[in-house]
Amino acid sequence: MMEIGLTHYLVLATILFAIGLVGVMRRKNLLMLFMASEILLNAVNVAFAAIGHYYGDLTGQMFAFFVIAIAASEVAVGLGLLIIWYKRTGTIDLDTMTSMRG
Amino acid sequence: METIAFYLFAALTITMFTYTVMSSQALFALSSMAAGMIMISAFFFLLDADFLGVVQIIVYTGAVMALYAFGMMFFDTTRAVKEHNTSKIMVLTLSTLAAVLVIAIVTMPLIADNIGAVFPEPAGVDNPKAVGIVLFTKYLVPFEVAAVMLLVAMIAGIVMAGKKMDRSLTKMKEEEITMLRQEETLQKVTL
Repeated sequence: MMEIGLTHYLVLATILFAIGLVGVMRRKNLLMLFMASEILLNAVNVAFAAIGHYYGDLTGQMFAFFVIAIAASEVAVGLGLLIIWYKRTGTIDLDTMTSMRG
Repeated sequence: METIAFYLFAALTITMFTYTVMSSQALFALSSMAAGMIMISAFFFLLDADFLGVVQIIVYTGAVMALYAFGMMFFDTTRAVKEHNTSKIMVLTLSTLAAVLVIAIVTMPLIADNIGAVFPEPAGVDNPKAVGIVLFTKYLVPFEVAAVMLLVAMIAGIVMAGKKMDRSLTKMKEEEITMLRQEETLQKVTL
């Protein structure tokens, strides 16, 4: 059996990141869009922890911690905004958010 | 042993997250994502990042998933939002761009030879202790800033989600609540 190296973890993180990107591109439901962004953040966390481990450095883990903290606050603020939007328009469809006419 | 664990959890994580992205039911997507988050924490344990694995379980499957579950109660998630595809050229361009970007990001640490440990792991202590040493010496200021950011996010969440919560629905009588409902529908009609 092959020894698991840094490349294995990076390939896994890439696959997870690609899954998250697919989700971000194809979802129109805003709640599901938030979930896909969580997958993106988690994929990056795996890559951080793996690189930190294979270089004998704790910086990767530190960055993963701060990413987790940012993800938690992002969800809190994002869901609050989403609730306001739902109370005003009654829908969480992404295509209805075209009031700026860009 | 480590090899078997890696492939097992990799397969499970990819399956769970694919289901999250592809499922049209919000509840199924939420549950499979919670399972995927727990599988992700297995990688942290494999990488000797014990503290990070515990934080992953507590924060993601404890706090973030609970937030999503509460969010789902506010929305009418049984009515599926129609997911229609945009133009084929757009999807093709975006995915090609994303693939090139991801390959560039991933190959960076492989081609760079001059990467060394900035903060080497302290010898002779286990992972949570080492994390504590580095976090409260080298990363103390970012840690405090993150704490302030979490406080701001909490207040923002309360302010945004808690509108019209000044009236307690549990202490009101049935008639009062019906009156309130009628007032609200009237307001909506006039708007």
